[in-house]
Amino acid sequence: MELRDTPEEAAFRAEVRGWLEANFPTELTGPRSNEEAYANAWHTWSRKLSDSGYAGLTWPTEYGGRGAPYSHQAIFLEETARAEAPQHMNVIGLGMAGPTIIAHGTEEQKARYLPKILSAEEIWCQGFSEPGAGSDLAAARTSARLEDDHFVVDGQKVWSSFAHVADWCILVTRSDPGSEKHAGLTYMVVDMHSPGVETRPLRQITGEAEFNEIFFTDVRVPIENVLGEIGQGWGVAMTTLLHERATLGFALTTMLEVNLRKLLTLARERGVDDAVLRDRIAHEWIEQRALRLTNYRALTMLMKTGMPGPEGSVSKLTWSEANQRLTKLALEILGPDAQLWNGDGHGYWQYQQLRSRGNTIEAGTSEILRNIIAERVLGLPRSR
Amino acid sequence: MDFAFSDEQDQLRREARTFLADRYPFERVAELADSDAGWDESSWKELAELGWIGVSVSEEAGGAGLGFLEEAVLFEELGRVLYPGPYFSTVALALPELPAELQRELVEGTTRWSASLDGSLVPDLAIVDRVLVARDGKLVSVPAEGETLDTMDSTRRLGRLGEGAAGDEVGDASAIDRIRTRAFAALALEAVGMSQRALELATEHAKTREQFGKPIGIYQAVSHRLADSYALTELARSLAYWAAWAVSEAEDEAPLAAAAAKAYAGDVAVTVCEYSIQAHGGIGFTWEHPLHRYYKRAQWIQGYGGYPAAQRAEVAAAILA
Repeated sequence: MELRDTPEEAAFRAEVRGWLEANFPTELTGPRSNEEAYANAWHTWSRKLSDSGYAGLTWPTEYGGRGAPYSHQAIFLEETARAEAPQHMNVIGLGMAGPTIIAHGTEEQKARYLPKILSAEEIWCQGFSEPGAGSDLAAARTSARLEDDHFVVDGQKVWSSFAHVADWCILVTRSDPGSEKHAGLTYMVVDMHSPGVETRPLRQITGEAEFNEIFFTDVRVPIENVLGEIGQGWGVAMTTLLHERATLGFALTTMLEVNLRKLLTLARERGVDDAVLRDRIAHEWIEQRALRLTNYRALTMLMKTGMPGPEGSVSKLTWSEANQRLTKLALEILGPDAQLWNGDGHGYWQYQQLRSRGNTIEAGTSEILRNIIAERVLGLPRSR
Repeated sequence: MDFAFSDEQDQLRREARTFLADRYPFERVAELADSDAGWDESSWKELAELGWIGVSVSEEAGGAGLGFLEEAVLFEELGRVLYPGPYFSTVALALPELPAELQRELVEGTTRWSASLDGSLVPDLAIVDRVLVARDGKLVSVPAEGETLDTMDSTRRLGRLGEGAAGDEVGDASAIDRIRTRAFAALALEAVGMSQRALELATEHAKTREQFGKPIGIYQAVSHRLADSYALTELARSLAYWAAWAVSEAEDEAPLAAAAAKAYAGDVAVTVCEYSIQAHGGIGFTWEHPLHRYYKRAQWIQGYGGYPAAQRAEVAAAILA
């Protein structure tokens, strides 16, 4: 057992820290005045990360990655959070689409898509959830009708981040109209610039539009865009979700760490001496630490065995609830003025608190995650 | 970064689990807990022969020359079966503060020890020989004489030390802080072993107990509580192992880690026991069922050295400074 960095890990940490200090994108901090200008600056920052080799750290070298151990990915995330630098814009390409293509793609597909995911030349989005299929992904109804050498896609997807700027979409469709549930689904990649693809911003409770709806009307998708076999899309989608949840824990915990640090600063500034508030602050600090350490255990297991351990399933569930408590606590420390958007902190905590309500819904609701723990970790009988 | 026990430490855990499952099934622990003595004195020689008492004692003094991480494995496994006996008192509270010649007696199983933090009640007073106390800036050892008190957790009874007995100087009073840090880390580990066991009992019950024609674990009102118990236990485990590592490396953060781990793991053990009792329904509320003994020990841990709010106040002072 050794919780300190190895000399090699420490060297990588120093490299990342130095690079972030020299390249920090100051244009991406502060309030967004113009969404398009922000998106362009973000894309530029993402290309810079890619050019410097910080995208696809753990991807195999044969696909253009660094082939680095998972600990490097963890260190990179810790350091970006420490610097409060924005993440790579192509998170869906790097964390979900890429690994799924590596697992299920043909050599042609790998050669076509992977290099441009890594370079941030092409940005990806995800088309899984539908108005009638949220937690129950197998209820997807977006149809894909085979005509000669292509599919014709019709339907609607929701809660898609980056769709308004994306070039490609990983899409779960129902290719067999008579099928139900897990059978008859086909997984494909769709060019977002195709005729018949329309994205509309989805305004959320924060007032922002971070997600989109995507409408597909008679969209032609070449048959070579199918990932895996026609009708076997469920298994391919599970690969995507496995990767989403495997890499998510660390990213989320480091985001929580940023909020925790800001909370401690706020509490110090305000000279919080109320015993109840101090007790709750201490509790949040302890649980954030527990979460980080649990990720370290999962990481050690992953590096030793190549398989993520069951600890990983705890991460997202705990993080979401912790972030909800922490952001509410910050508003309480701000006091009655917390009701103002333009008070102390310029709406940071107000935005964070409202945004946190989505945390227990996105990327697997807490109810679904508890089902996963109950069934796959504890071995309890399936509830549905 | 390597946050896992070594292969040798895992091997020790397997051996300990097998041995303790054989020696301390629930019925045996219940019988001892309800007896006048509260334990089986012959078990002490057995632990000494296994080398468990002297795990961290140097080989020159008759020990195994290992460290707190190996003790950590044993605290967790002994907690898992609710071993009734003064292992925590002797090994966590007293042993590392004693001079080599006293350690030698202790390793052989001839003497048993405990300690009093800030004049607090003494764990296992009736079944140990000597007690460490802070007095006039010194750490002194006094005979274990005093009154044994009727304790909710009858597997670890508290006693009030008599006053006035002459003491032998062992060191200076700063040792009390180290004792407290070790005690908190050890109790956090114990609490993790207990939470794990209470969760296993609930899971087993939820798989086999049928109501409305189905195993009750199929109902999410039941299964989600057990999922929460699992999440809480894993989080507590991470903190307890961190505290164990920090103590074994004598890290500056060891007191903070131990306080955080004790507060969190103590609360978690109580919560997981409560969820487990609820999942069991009526049977979980009976004297016959082992759960109440886990529940009482969990509360013992919560209260020791101050309830968790006291440790969180310490954490707050450290992080808001």
